[in-house]
Amino acid sequence: MPRSAVKRMRVRRPVPSGPPKGRSEALEASLRPTAPIVPSLNIPGRALVMVVAIMTFLACLTGVAVLAIRGAADSWQADISRELTIQVMPAEGADIARETEAAAAAAREVAGVRAARVMTDAEMQALLAPWLGTGTDLGDLPVPRLVVVEVDPAAPPDIGRLRDVILARAPHASLDDHQVWQSRLQIMARTLTGAGLAVLALVLAATAMSVVFATRGAMAGNRDVVEVLHLVGAKENFIARQFTHHFFMIGVKGGLAGGAATIIFLALAAWGASQFVATPAGDQIVALFGNLSVGPGAYGAVVATLVVIALLTGLTSRWAVYRFLEVFD
Amino acid sequence: MIRFENVGLRYGMGPEVLRDISFNIERGSFHFLTGPSGAGKTSLMRLLFLALRPTRGLINVFGHDAATLSRATLPTIRRRIGVVFQDFRLLDHFTTFENVSLPLRVMGKPEDSYRRDVIELLQWVGLEDRIHAAPSILSGGEKQRAAIARAVIGQPELLLADEPTGNVDPTLARRLLRLFMELHRLGTTVIIATHDIALMDQYDARRLVLNDGRLHIYD
Repeated sequence: MPRSAVKRMRVRRPVPSGPPKGRSEALEASLRPTAPIVPSLNIPGRALVMVVAIMTFLACLTGVAVLAIRGAADSWQADISRELTIQVMPAEGADIARETEAAAAAAREVAGVRAARVMTDAEMQALLAPWLGTGTDLGDLPVPRLVVVEVDPAAPPDIGRLRDVILARAPHASLDDHQVWQSRLQIMARTLTGAGLAVLALVLAATAMSVVFATRGAMAGNRDVVEVLHLVGAKENFIARQFTHHFFMIGVKGGLAGGAATIIFLALAAWGASQFVATPAGDQIVALFGNLSVGPGAYGAVVATLVVIALLTGLTSRWAVYRFLEVFD
Repeated sequence: MIRFENVGLRYGMGPEVLRDISFNIERGSFHFLTGPSGAGKTSLMRLLFLALRPTRGLINVFGHDAATLSRATLPTIRRRIGVVFQDFRLLDHFTTFENVSLPLRVMGKPEDSYRRDVIELLQWVGLEDRIHAAPSILSGGEKQRAAIARAVIGQPELLLADEPTGNVDPTLARRLLRLFMELHRLGTTVIIATHDIALMDQYDARRLVLNDGRLHIYD
């Protein structure tokens, strides 16, 4: 009953006559800030923040791992695609040293080739040392001779033409453009990236399901509130807002905690890796996984995951609220 | 304003609790809905504020067929109806002020715009000293008056009250009835469900009597 309606009444008020105006103002001033419609205590907050934080941590780690794998694969591929190898096979009656030089000279004449260098006997011996031991005389063995061809990555040569030119001068030569290696690397990188994305999708799905269960529990626990809101004419989006606000904040808190944990973990991992620098184990780790430093890419992945988790939490709880209201009505 | 035609209601596969109910409620009228306990008064009230759909028959509220009302339209209709529940339905974590102002809050009105109105209404129903109190520390009569204040704060066209004097002494019951009479004189249509014959005798109004699921009207 608004003031105007009360004033319109011509009959005597059924309750003690109106108090002085100053009393109304004093009462108005004494009001506490309006309480939230859904009390925070009725939301299973702390446990869900922990769940979201753990899920964010796992999602961030997966994202960073995918980025590291892709980076390492790209770097390997770039190294390989910068070089080609010419093999000159020993053959009866052929002058292998002359053919090797001829193949290198032919390669240098093709556009897109920066350099072509015949591997020295010492380099060949070093390559074969793991199998044949040191001090091997290559002249006694039918091993192929190798020419390392460095190509211009910006304008690579036509491989078919290069092969024809080399074969014309060195009939026992063959050109290896590392296509097999490159395709294997691509398959491996794609497989690992796909597996990482699948893990990410599973983590996000598990987060969404946890939020759905928590929202349903919160709605059921606040059934009386929902009922009263319905009966005083609250629209569904108003009711949904009261709940989704809580869950969005849980998503933000959990996301921040999980993101911070990831950054700390990566910093510790980078510090740990730095302790093994210049050791064989450290070199192997760097060769396989790249540097585990928290670079801009990793920060970006963590922030993106955090935003996705917070939005996912808010949107999922909104969906769950609408589903509950649909059944409730 | 409201029209019921051959309305029947049953819960699940049980027997019909309301049978062939037909009546009209004119704008600005005052009605008592009465009958013995278990006669179906609360079920009829729930049909009136659209918390239930009838098993059969036609219900028309403010020109809308209740059977075809969408979920999106329901809140708009409910805002035109104020309801006082038998069990009050006050929210325990709210103060009296917050409970009474809830209908205005859900309409999206800013608190500054209604704070003075709510305080004046609370003074009018004699709850100014209980403005900060939670329902758990209010007496039955105070809860009843807070529930009535919440029902009328949005200036509804129709006021439904289910046993509004069921928990109060005869003196307070008379005061509450006077409050409903004032609202009626201001133009609100009022339907009070009660089995308190003494209360009904104090005001000359149409009586809708439910007995064994059937309605009898005494003008």
